[in-house]
Amino acid sequence: MILKYLFGKNEAIPVGSAAIFFGFSSILWFVIGTGLGSFNAAKLAFPDFVTGTEMFAFGHMRQVHVLAVIFGWISMAFAMAMMYITPILGNTRLWSEKLGLWNCMMWNISLALGLTLLWMGVTSGREYSDFPWPLDLAVAAFISIPLAVNVWMTIIKRRTQGIYTTNWFFAAATFMLIIVFLVGNLPEYFHLTGLTEAYMTWWFAHNVLGLWITPVAAAIAYYVIPKVTGNPLYSHRIGHLHFWSIVVFYSTPAAHHLMSAPLPEWLKSFASVEGVLILVPAIAFVSNILLTMQGKWNMFVENLEVRFTVVGVLLAIPLNMQGGFQQTRSINWYIHGTGWMVAHAHLALLGFSTFLEAAAVYLGLQTLMKRKLYSLTLGNLHFWLLLIGFSTYWISMTIAGLIQGAGKIYEVPYIDVVIAEHPYMIARWLGGTMVFSSTLIWLYNMWMTAREGTVIPAGRMPSELAYER
Amino acid sequence: MNFREYKIGSRMFGLAFGLSMSITLLFPSFDLAASIVSEVGLDKQLTSGWDSGWQLSDPFLNGLNKPLKVLVRKDPKSGESIEPVYAYVYPAGTSLPNGVTHTANLGKGVEELSVKEGRIKEAKKENGAVFLIKQSDKAQTFENRPLSYMENATATKGWTPDEVLKQAADSDILHAGSGKTMFVREGCWWCHTLLPEQTQDWQVFGAPPMLGDFNGESPTAFGSDRKGPDLLHVGSRNASREWMMLHFFNPRLVQPHSIMPRFDYLWGEVDADGKKIDFKKWRSEYDEYREGKITTPPEVPMYAKNSEIRNLIDFVVNLK
Repeated sequence: MILKYLFGKNEAIPVGSAAIFFGFSSILWFVIGTGLGSFNAAKLAFPDFVTGTEMFAFGHMRQVHVLAVIFGWISMAFAMAMMYITPILGNTRLWSEKLGLWNCMMWNISLALGLTLLWMGVTSGREYSDFPWPLDLAVAAFISIPLAVNVWMTIIKRRTQGIYTTNWFFAAATFMLIIVFLVGNLPEYFHLTGLTEAYMTWWFAHNVLGLWITPVAAAIAYYVIPKVTGNPLYSHRIGHLHFWSIVVFYSTPAAHHLMSAPLPEWLKSFASVEGVLILVPAIAFVSNILLTMQGKWNMFVENLEVRFTVVGVLLAIPLNMQGGFQQTRSINWYIHGTGWMVAHAHLALLGFSTFLEAAAVYLGLQTLMKRKLYSLTLGNLHFWLLLIGFSTYWISMTIAGLIQGAGKIYEVPYIDVVIAEHPYMIARWLGGTMVFSSTLIWLYNMWMTAREGTVIPAGRMPSELAYER
Repeated sequence: MNFREYKIGSRMFGLAFGLSMSITLLFPSFDLAASIVSEVGLDKQLTSGWDSGWQLSDPFLNGLNKPLKVLVRKDPKSGESIEPVYAYVYPAGTSLPNGVTHTANLGKGVEELSVKEGRIKEAKKENGAVFLIKQSDKAQTFENRPLSYMENATATKGWTPDEVLKQAADSDILHAGSGKTMFVREGCWWCHTLLPEQTQDWQVFGAPPMLGDFNGESPTAFGSDRKGPDLLHVGSRNASREWMMLHFFNPRLVQPHSIMPRFDYLWGEVDADGKKIDFKKWRSEYDEYREGKITTPPEVPMYAKNSEIRNLIDFVVNLK
């Protein structure tokens, strides 16, 4: 069926096909990515677990997990959100469903290919820009450029006069992703070396987090809360503040990933200051969204999409408080390179980001397929396993990180640090496995929704129907 | 896009993003480009070769297209004993180091010395070359530090790669360049950093790297979050190949609480005597040892001269 649409006329493709394809792809990558994560965590907790083969060595598998969740789950969920939210906000249809379908198909194929090669050891040796440059060109050509074109053309051809906050973020982020990706991979295209190469690698990594993941996740909340609660956004002006402060404050602190390296000190200081200022868009965002909930807090309990979104927004509070201050020299020296950073990364990607995308995918798939969620019980199970699993992971790794930091101060043999963090490695594995099992439940629930969910009558929203099962 | 606000907004966006990229990318590039390579940096660059990550000449990161670091004890031309010196041998067809292909990488002072006295630009990839690190009596203006520079011994002394390799014993040849590729491929840098951080870290793991220690090295592989000891100066703390062998085959042989995975597969098929290694038997004997059924663990096979583990151990032991 997909082949029929891929090679047919754009007009013949049903509205929402690209978004649905992206939605289910993203959930599948979520299953794969978290499964890999659980597998890796087991190796850290139980070192002789599947050890002794090159393909299953931690060093080969670690980054396959990271890139699968970032470019598979998170980015595809973003693409799904863009495919259905951008047109609605412009009171129009997606510019090209066909391009969207091709985008998703090529995305799946190139990501699978890239990850398989990475698994085999084909790596550039640079964190986050691990793919060798031919694959980078494929990523740019098949993933980021088609997505940006689709989103931009949909906004340009809109039938409303104004552009809503969500679409500012979607447009800016898709554009910036292309620039960040191409510039960030310059060390590979032009074989830059030394500290320049190290710095550009982290400039890329930082800006993928700050100019792609953060704004798009936030933009989702700007849509879901007003849409589902029926309240208008609390403040358009704060939305402006949020948007502009992300662009200026989040694009500049890349050097804060390399505070211990011999980079120019002025650059590190500049980065630190800008990094603390990230609290400005953070507080703007959290306050704007939470104040939009006024009078509708009962929906936090009663409605699954609102619950996911608000939890994601709430997690942004510790995330940005941590992030703003942990990148100052006074704190960074202690926690750099420890499990605290791993915990922070998961707070951002598994906490803040995942909860928001899950809301978007839940809402989007139900709306586009015109089917009510198959089972509230399974939805709740997904939510609680995800939240408790994530929290276990986050708390255990934060503690482990603080212990590792102490290892930098006290002259203990390094092995004492490894012994001390062992129970937290087990806790982390348990938390991550809970997350993995929750994704399986979610996949089943959405599949059953597609097949047996109650049909939503035309003109109604999913939240207007009662939950079943 | 009809609103005037969007025209103004787009231009503001371009200005903001452009300014941000200028400050964070363009300006630091001036500072970084002005760095002068140190002796440590020259050693690292010459040992690792052109690139230790993915490249067209080594797409599966097997360690191809890499130089050798050789301890020269006898003059390759005359055969007489000389003061031992490390030479960096680039066999014919090996990509030349970045300081040779882009001399600006070396920095002011070192660049002039290397080109004029070292004659590095005469090196040709097809013929291969042998490089040495030379101390000059010229000093850097900053801190009066003496400058080290690169010398192309093939041009200045007539040493060819084959001659140097012929007169060297296998134990004097370090395959550290290929070893760094192993380090990158096997993902050692995901757990072991190459960057001691601050204060007590320096006391345990050694001096942090200086600006100039990285010129021409690619990828720098500082490491990610540390789950094992920093390795920047591990060769100075632990140069025992026997320990390394045991540790790589199964870390828990020498460090029972280690969480490092086993790298026994890097031994390949055969050991140093050409005998096939029976991994299954080794593992079951090890399990028996762990359960207390036998009192000593099984012996780790000596690695073959051309195995991947040889390259990796050469690299690690060379991290002085």
